[in-house]
Amino acid sequence: MQRLLEWIDARFPLSATWKAHLSEYYAPKNFNFWYYFGSLALLVLVIQIVTGIFLTMHYKPDANHAFASVEYIMRDVPYGWLIRYAHSTGASAFFIVVYLHMFRALLYGSHRKPRELIWIFGVLIYLALMAEAFFGYLLPWGQMSYWGAQVIVNLFAAIPIIGEDLSIWIRGDYVVSDATLNRFFAFHVIALPLVLLGLVAAHIVALHEVGSNNPDGVEIKKKKDGQGRPLDGIPFHPYYTVKDILGVVVFLIVFTAILFFAPEMGGYFLEANNFIPADPLKTPEHIAPVWYFTPYYAILRAVPPMFGSQFPGVLAMGVAVLIFFFLPWLDRSPVKSIRYRGPKYKIALTLFVIAFIGLGILGILPATSLYTWIARVLTVIYFAFFLLMPWYTRYDSHKPEPERVTAK
Amino acid sequence: MSPKQSLIAPLLLLVLLSLPLAAVASGAAVKLDPAPINLNDKESLQRGARVFVNYCLSCHSASYMRYTRLTDLGLTEAQIKDNLLFAAEKTGETMTIAMRPGDAKQWFGATPPDLTVITRSRGPDWVYTYLRTFYRDDSRPTGWNNLVFDKVGMPHVLHELQGHQVPVMREVTGEDGKPHLVVERLQLAKAGRLTLIEYDAMIGDLVNYMTWMGEPAKAQRMRTGVAVVLFLSLFFVVAFYLKKEFWRDVH
Amino acid sequence: MSDMAVDNSKRRFLVAVSSTLGGVAAVGAALPFVFSMSPSARALAAGAPIEVDLSKIEPGMKVDVEWRGKPVWVVHRTPEMLALLPKHDDKLTDPKSENAAQQPKYCQNPTRSIKPEYFVVIGICTHLGCSPTYRADIGAADLGADWPGGWFCPCHGSRFDMAARVFKGSPAPTNLVVPPHKYLSETKVLIGEDQASA
Repeated sequence: MQRLLEWIDARFPLSATWKAHLSEYYAPKNFNFWYYFGSLALLVLVIQIVTGIFLTMHYKPDANHAFASVEYIMRDVPYGWLIRYAHSTGASAFFIVVYLHMFRALLYGSHRKPRELIWIFGVLIYLALMAEAFFGYLLPWGQMSYWGAQVIVNLFAAIPIIGEDLSIWIRGDYVVSDATLNRFFAFHVIALPLVLLGLVAAHIVALHEVGSNNPDGVEIKKKKDGQGRPLDGIPFHPYYTVKDILGVVVFLIVFTAILFFAPEMGGYFLEANNFIPADPLKTPEHIAPVWYFTPYYAILRAVPPMFGSQFPGVLAMGVAVLIFFFLPWLDRSPVKSIRYRGPKYKIALTLFVIAFIGLGILGILPATSLYTWIARVLTVIYFAFFLLMPWYTRYDSHKPEPERVTAK
Repeated sequence: MSPKQSLIAPLLLLVLLSLPLAAVASGAAVKLDPAPINLNDKESLQRGARVFVNYCLSCHSASYMRYTRLTDLGLTEAQIKDNLLFAAEKTGETMTIAMRPGDAKQWFGATPPDLTVITRSRGPDWVYTYLRTFYRDDSRPTGWNNLVFDKVGMPHVLHELQGHQVPVMREVTGEDGKPHLVVERLQLAKAGRLTLIEYDAMIGDLVNYMTWMGEPAKAQRMRTGVAVVLFLSLFFVVAFYLKKEFWRDVH
Repeated sequence: MSDMAVDNSKRRFLVAVSSTLGGVAAVGAALPFVFSMSPSARALAAGAPIEVDLSKIEPGMKVDVEWRGKPVWVVHRTPEMLALLPKHDDKLTDPKSENAAQQPKYCQNPTRSIKPEYFVVIGICTHLGCSPTYRADIGAADLGADWPGGWFCPCHGSRFDMAARVFKGSPAPTNLVVPPHKYLSETKVLIGEDQASA
């Protein structure tokens, strides 16, 4: 065994990689609950890729056969129902995990210097994930798939001058059709997964270059022992592997409970209207995007048309996503962690979470005039969180950061 | 960050997920009667299957449903072949019908939808209420209307069994301040071959069957789920002590 | 970090139990994916046994049916055809059908059939998978005066008699395969399902 390892190590950095990224990769010892979601996101990515490969074996990206092939998977393919539900539940689980992972950064300043690139790769992953989910949602070719895609692609038509041609180019047709389904399938099963894998690799490489942040927001690399090991660091393996195993098991209990006992999740993970085959001539009474897009959808609807154009709403929605990129430079607080920040940031973050979730709820509900006004208020809060950040973080009070991480 | 604050996000997420989306989406004004669904009642499901192939499968297909799957309801291949196989030749086939969609559209004004997963899109309660609330309405081309599906294209196929219902109207003041008539309830004007209780029971069996047909793997899903969650719970105990044992090193 | 009082045996035990459970979980998670690649209900239905009505086949004639995507021949053999069968055993590779893989046990007999007059066989040459041509014309000019009737493979010239037994000197190594079949009635045969072993 030892000789085999030496043989390999002479040709491939196996032991060196193991050491650099696991057994001698030092992570802060004070990770809390919020630090599970990175490894869980990786787990969900694996679940999605594996279930996706097996679904591709039976799915047919053809407008005449797509809906039937999904029911074929659900009924005729042995354990096809399990694989399909795992994939549909995984899609929602991905966003839950990623949203909590991103919130963790807002809590402890994980996006702050020197981790700006980790954050940027992360936001790119989030964007790719949204595209991946959007393309994938068309594939079952139900009414929600069809009209969801129709509405989103039509958003591009709102872009001045080129919009109309652009949306036709995206669809490859005048409406969402077989051509659209086929290209979305190509993006969903190969193009975006490759992009995602590349970005995830970059995200992790960048993380392991600078090391993890922690709930105290202090750099553990500043205090090292005689051998150059961070005093507050512990090797990722075995300590965080066993801890992540525990997190994975808890996550899987929740995940499989949904998968097996409530795969539709009351119509949020699988929408009732998507059990009706796509019908280009008949729009369902009430279209709402899947839950993970609804905050942005609510922002889109909240912005009134200006100069007879929907474009401002589309622009607001786009900016609402892209603004995350600038977060590391918007935040001017001298401390990273919320533990040592003053009340202004705490209030701002709480309002932001309320706005984000509130918009998410409003995006599901029909746009009555009351709801539209609430959505407008929440949209203003959403953008104020980012745009006013340089001021309220700079003039916020703060407690001194400790020298070392605090014990639990 | 206090522990109370860190709970905000998950809690709000729960609130979001507990909103009844289906109710928001359907927007039905009529109160739906709860369908008597019991997927473990094999006899009810078998009776429902028989009603389904006898009445529904003439105009509606269930083209993702394979006859052989009915063996899950305790029927043998021979029983399926002798009692239920009217529209197909082999038990391996799916429940398709001979009527072409184009013809159907010409005859009925709309293609009768495939019913394989209808209970998953409409919900069992809707189907149960729909099949029991047809009423006479001479303004409609078919002479029939329906409480939960206004101006429905489908005539009341089962009227010989249920009998003829007529609406009892009531005057209400609408949002516009003008009075107009709404259906208050339905009244049996001409008795059918079945009593109302028998008819409701028959529709109950039918909707039970259609709910089963919407997802035949559900029973297996539930069974597998129990085993998986029990296994993971055992794993949790071990993983908990494993983590605790290693983390004794960390001070 | 300190190394004091580490209970190594407990640690090893917990690692072993976790690894075992993890292994069980991995295998359990892999199984549905493995099963999903076996034939679906649709494929099974398409490959289901098929019924053939024998009363429609004239003596000496052959009908082709498809079973699991392969051609299956059902031949109504005449008394002359049957009479010729035992006369050329010395020219055959496996006259007694000793190769058990080529037919079910109940067809391991001189006529390779359940009822001698009706012969059921898969029409795929055991050489390279072509479908041989039916040549019932006894003593055909191109196949020699001693041709007892049978099949001739156009691809590489393999010859089979009226029980689809291969002649010596053919590229095909074995007799054609007799599929499992059983009689549902005097005139109905079900191809694809074994008869209860007698």
